[in-house]
Amino acid sequence: MTTHLPDRQQPESGAPASKAAAAIEKARSEGRAALIGYLPAGFPDVRTTIEAGIAMAENGVDLIEIGIPYSDPVMDGVVIQEATVEALANGFTVPQIFDVVEGITRKTDAAVLVMTYWNPVMRMGVRDFAERLAAAGGAGLITPDLIPDEAAEWLQVSEELGLDRVFLVAPSTSPQRMQNTVDASRGFVYAVSVMGVTGARTSVGAAAQAVVDAAHDAGAERVCVGLGVSSSAQVREIGAYADGVIVGTALVAALRDGGVQAVADLTRELSTGAAKVSAGGSA
Amino acid sequence: MTDMHQDTGLTGTDAGAADAIDAGTAEAFLSHDQSLRHAPGPYFGAYGGRWMPESLIAALDELQDTFDKAKADPEFTAQVAELNKNYAGRPSLLTEAARFAEHCGGVRVFLKREDLNHTGSHKINNVLGQALIAKRMGKTRVIAETGAGQHGVASATAAALLGLECVVYMGAEDTRRQALNVARMQLLGATVVPVTNGSQTLKDAINDALRDWVANVETTHYLLGTAAGAHPFPSMVRYFHEVIGDEAREQILEQTGRLPDAVTACVGGGSNAIGMFHGFLDDREVALYGFEAGGDGVETGRHAATITLGRPGVLHGARSYLMQDEDGQTMESHSISAGLDYPGVGPEHAYLADIGRAHYEPITDAEAMEAFKLLSQTEGIIPAIETAHALAGTMKLGRRLAADLAPGEQPSDRIIVVNLSGRGDKDVATAAGYFDLLPDDSVEQEIAEEGEQL
Ligand SMILES: Cc1ncc(COP(=O)(O)O)c(C=O)c1O
Repeated sequence: MTTHLPDRQQPESGAPASKAAAAIEKARSEGRAALIGYLPAGFPDVRTTIEAGIAMAENGVDLIEIGIPYSDPVMDGVVIQEATVEALANGFTVPQIFDVVEGITRKTDAAVLVMTYWNPVMRMGVRDFAERLAAAGGAGLITPDLIPDEAAEWLQVSEELGLDRVFLVAPSTSPQRMQNTVDASRGFVYAVSVMGVTGARTSVGAAAQAVVDAAHDAGAERVCVGLGVSSSAQVREIGAYADGVIVGTALVAALRDGGVQAVADLTRELSTGAAKVSAGGSA
Repeated sequence: MTDMHQDTGLTGTDAGAADAIDAGTAEAFLSHDQSLRHAPGPYFGAYGGRWMPESLIAALDELQDTFDKAKADPEFTAQVAELNKNYAGRPSLLTEAARFAEHCGGVRVFLKREDLNHTGSHKINNVLGQALIAKRMGKTRVIAETGAGQHGVASATAAALLGLECVVYMGAEDTRRQALNVARMQLLGATVVPVTNGSQTLKDAINDALRDWVANVETTHYLLGTAAGAHPFPSMVRYFHEVIGDEAREQILEQTGRLPDAVTACVGGGSNAIGMFHGFLDDREVALYGFEAGGDGVETGRHAATITLGRPGVLHGARSYLMQDEDGQTMESHSISAGLDYPGVGPEHAYLADIGRAHYEPITDAEAMEAFKLLSQTEGIIPAIETAHALAGTMKLGRRLAADLAPGEQPSDRIIVVNLSGRGDKDVATAAGYFDLLPDDSVEQEIAEEGEQL
């Protein structure tokens, strides 16, 4: 299935190369899966998000995903909902996302993606948002409620600016949609591990591998798995078949309960799962 | 919150539909003999679509496919017709309201009596249809959102009738205020889940229903209660409500020998209005008016006048007008009527507003309550408070029509058909509290103060 690779996830000449792809390829060259950490912006405040982002980068995360707190986060479970409600209550405003991205990219080499529901982007204007994101050093967008079918403007603008477009694929995704979504993505494809919302789970189940295989078969060079991953053991298990592993809720809970130090500690622990030779399976 | 509301206020480029109306488009549409009826979606002009997580797209595809086949299947349409007739009690009556009409500038007013349907509102049309669709898909469980409980009760009713498990998501605050509607749903065999997320209102109940749906989509159909959401919901919900406008058109022709000058309805998500409007969409001599909840007044920021003051955005799967702040965060809506208290609106209404085919105006709580009392006392019909918005709008419209007659014409030459979307039994405590009809020390007074609807 992967005989002809048009390299769709590479930019057209002229636009900057994919930062997300570069980060994942660097991990691959070191013989490991990429580790991707998520935190919502402004929880509990913007400065802490920047510090926690830097702490993640310094402790083994390859890509950072910063979420925009949104009033109606239908893909999020309770932990992330509570964090984003608090961020909004503490006065987070959408333009501050660019401060967060810039604050992290100035201090680290990690690729920083923004995870956002679509309405805040639409409200600012897709081009405005994208230009400001690029200026802040951001890699691109992960869009949980934007499917390629509705993404015409974003496809065009992201292509021009060389920003990554990370669309989601799920266990329910049909072969036709898998092909379209893989074709439309840039940087990597986000494989949703289970039918459900964000939240730590003890097991991500067999569905995840099937989704990753289907995405690879459709020509995706980089497929990362998210939803439910919370331990280095899970990172190791998923890293065996995926190109990257995304951890969200567990990091948010760590920040909530133990501050930036707890994020640093958990990141270091998770990164042992992504390491090439797991030192005797220590976890 | 107040200044956030005012961000989408009356000035500048944010003013919403008023800016975007291009009456010429509707004209062009109709003069080219293109029908506005049976618009299939996913798009209504620039609105509609599927702004949804990929995880749910397969379920939406399955729903669309099942619905398309069902519509073309005589067995299905016969099933719907049979339930409408022998269970819901259709056709609903068309009643002339002569005494109420005296307060509408003297034009003739006819009420499309959806209040007489089983469960007391238009909602039954949609839930019966969707529950049948759920069964055709082999689903064994339906989930629904509800504000005051009307759609929850209707869903529980359809689920009981057709042997489906039913779970209703309802804002925690609403479950307390609407304790009797919670009991009603439970009596019908449904489970009611109080929603404590976000602002704990109807929109958060929809969010939680969507989260449930993502996790249980194999067994579960999301029985959405209004003509909003991702494709195919807007066109499917409209389809099941088209019977309102189809009947009304036939009945008004039969009773008066001609089409009305205007058709009116209240607009929450827009289901009763679109069902009514649909019958008249291609009769361009018939003006269409939707009345939104103006709450304390649109200038106060405490309202639910989505088309009047909102601006395009995406919420719950569709692009449409939306009450949002400058960051694109959904704003809280306010209305005395729980059924109109929603910051979004169905995409087909956004389109009809933009092309000028339908007009949307806000009605304040006070205006609605005045009309509520008036209809009760002139016609012996207690309307739902949602419906009272349509009645108040009809009073204003009737007076405008009467003031704008050609020489030799009488007000009684003008005809308005109002969609009387529901009855007011559920609103008696709210209304009694509003009009101060309860003794100070009564249990009912306490309940009314909390906004309970009996
Ligand atoms: C009687 C009645 N009318 C109108 C509405 C508003 O909904 P829609 O705009 O979908 O008709 C409701 C909703 O609960 C209702 O109960």
